[in-house]
Amino acid sequence: MAFAVVVLGLWQTGTTIDATHKDGLFIDPFFYGRPSGIASQLWTWIQNGTAQGPLWLQVATTLEEAFLGFLIGVVLGVVFGVALGRVRLLSDVFAPYIKALNAMPRVVLGSIFIITIGYGIWSKVALAVVLVFFVVFFNAFQGVREVDRVLIANARILGASERQLSTHVILPSALSWILASLHTSFGFALVGAVVGEYLGAIHGIGLIIATAQATFNPNGVFAAMFILAVVALTAEVALTWLENRLIKWRPNTLEVPRI
Amino acid sequence: MAPAIELRHVTKRFLTPSGTAYTALRELDFAVQDGEFCAVVGPTGCGKSTTLALISGLEPPSEGDVLVGGAPVRSVNRDVGYVFQVDAVFPWKSVLDNVATGPRFRGIERRQAEDRARDWIKRVGLSGFERYYPHQLSGGMRKRAALAQTLINEPRILLMDEPFSALDVQTRTLMENELLQLWSATRASVVFVTHDLEEAIALADRVVVITAGPGTVKGVYRVDLPRPRNVAEIRFQPEFSRIYQEIWNDLRDEVLVSYERSKRSVS
Ligand SMILES: Nc1ncnc2c1ncn2[C@@H]1O[C@H](COP(=O)(O)OP(=O)(O)OP(=O)(O)O)[C@@H](O)[C@H]1O
Ligand SMILES: [Mg+2]
Repeated sequence: MAFAVVVLGLWQTGTTIDATHKDGLFIDPFFYGRPSGIASQLWTWIQNGTAQGPLWLQVATTLEEAFLGFLIGVVLGVVFGVALGRVRLLSDVFAPYIKALNAMPRVVLGSIFIITIGYGIWSKVALAVVLVFFVVFFNAFQGVREVDRVLIANARILGASERQLSTHVILPSALSWILASLHTSFGFALVGAVVGEYLGAIHGIGLIIATAQATFNPNGVFAAMFILAVVALTAEVALTWLENRLIKWRPNTLEVPRI
Repeated sequence: MAPAIELRHVTKRFLTPSGTAYTALRELDFAVQDGEFCAVVGPTGCGKSTTLALISGLEPPSEGDVLVGGAPVRSVNRDVGYVFQVDAVFPWKSVLDNVATGPRFRGIERRQAEDRARDWIKRVGLSGFERYYPHQLSGGMRKRAALAQTLINEPRILLMDEPFSALDVQTRTLMENELLQLWSATRASVVFVTHDLEEAIALADRVVVITAGPGTVKGVYRVDLPRPRNVAEIRFQPEFSRIYQEIWNDLRDEVLVSYERSKRSVS
């Protein structure tokens, strides 16, 4: 907190001191904006809306795209990850393709999606899905591979069928890997949505950034980044809560209640 | 009648990390009669756990035959219970759910499975800990949960890999007596692996000594101590010390071989 105050303070003073002499400025607000300018930009958006319409609509659009992309990507990632992790034949057939796709810089797919799917939300959802899928897939796959062999042996001895083995041993064991990947992958969903909007959209935070950039308005870019940061932090809190709900059985080394 | 368990010229090889084959068991031959309590002792790394894995059907032999109830073992057998040497309770299940796992897998309805689980939790002395997760238990408590998890299935063949080595002496004696009582009621055929020769003699009808790896049978000894036994007292009988001396003479040589080898591989 103190750190943020110091940085913002330096930034603000750096862009204000000696404004009469052009050379006396440490930081040029024309390129780098300034905190007070960012705040007033935010305030203007809240009061008067953005060039694309009311601010809440832009945030809601981006959130909708990110959430849809996140959900679809997670489901696909878990299903494929578990299937390929469990079935040797499937992983032998598909693993090379998935590795090749993963090596590709996937953000370029955004342009293709906008050409094929259009300017609406689904081209952004598609980009988010692609970004999320690989993160979740590799974690689920690895999680299945790392299941303790003794636990599998024990379940077999206790009489587990193949399906019971999946639901009672493999999924719960892989769950901590999968949940860990959700933190990163929500970030990726947001990146997918924003980059997609930046490339071409009707609404959204990415579009605000693109507009601000086109009009040389650094305060606008920073203000949009600030909104994104708030969204990402909120999602992070929600995911941590979900994780703690789902993995009650794991010792929580970070939050040991003192008694 | 065919013996409950029979190993015929069983050899087991493993692939080592360097890619060569390591022979863990060589020409292992022994049988356990129906309802017999058989203890297996041997120096560390001689292949005791491997032997249990073969009997359980988790591992196939490289050569030879493993028979359970007269039939060759092809896969995991429902009549076999196996208490593993390492922790094998499910970390994401509470003690109650862990113990109820076997009956649930075998299609028994939840309420009934949980009632039986509570009974077994009481028998191993874990009452009050039903809602705990394994990471909230001590090592010995986890071991007892594992025991309940296995015994609840009332296996005809019971494989136990050093089940009591994590327990303190008092609890251990209690559990050993409890095990003998359970066994006399069910008359399962037991293979009990242990490092502790005293424990082996106190519990078993027969003690099998395995040689330092590659493991093979060095000797088989009858323990003709009367039953029912009290594990705490039986150690003081003269017959007990006589058998102990006899087996220890064999076992000592193997332990020394194993120890010398490990020293050499270190230096
Ligand atoms: N999966 C495996 N791959 C390679 N080597 C193995 C494997 N399992 C066991 N071994 C080797 O087989 C030998 C016997 O192992 P095992 O676990 O049966 O010993 P043990 O008699 O149970 O020893 P301890 O008393 O210490 O438990 C060891 O040398 C071990 O390194
Ligand atoms: Mg062992």
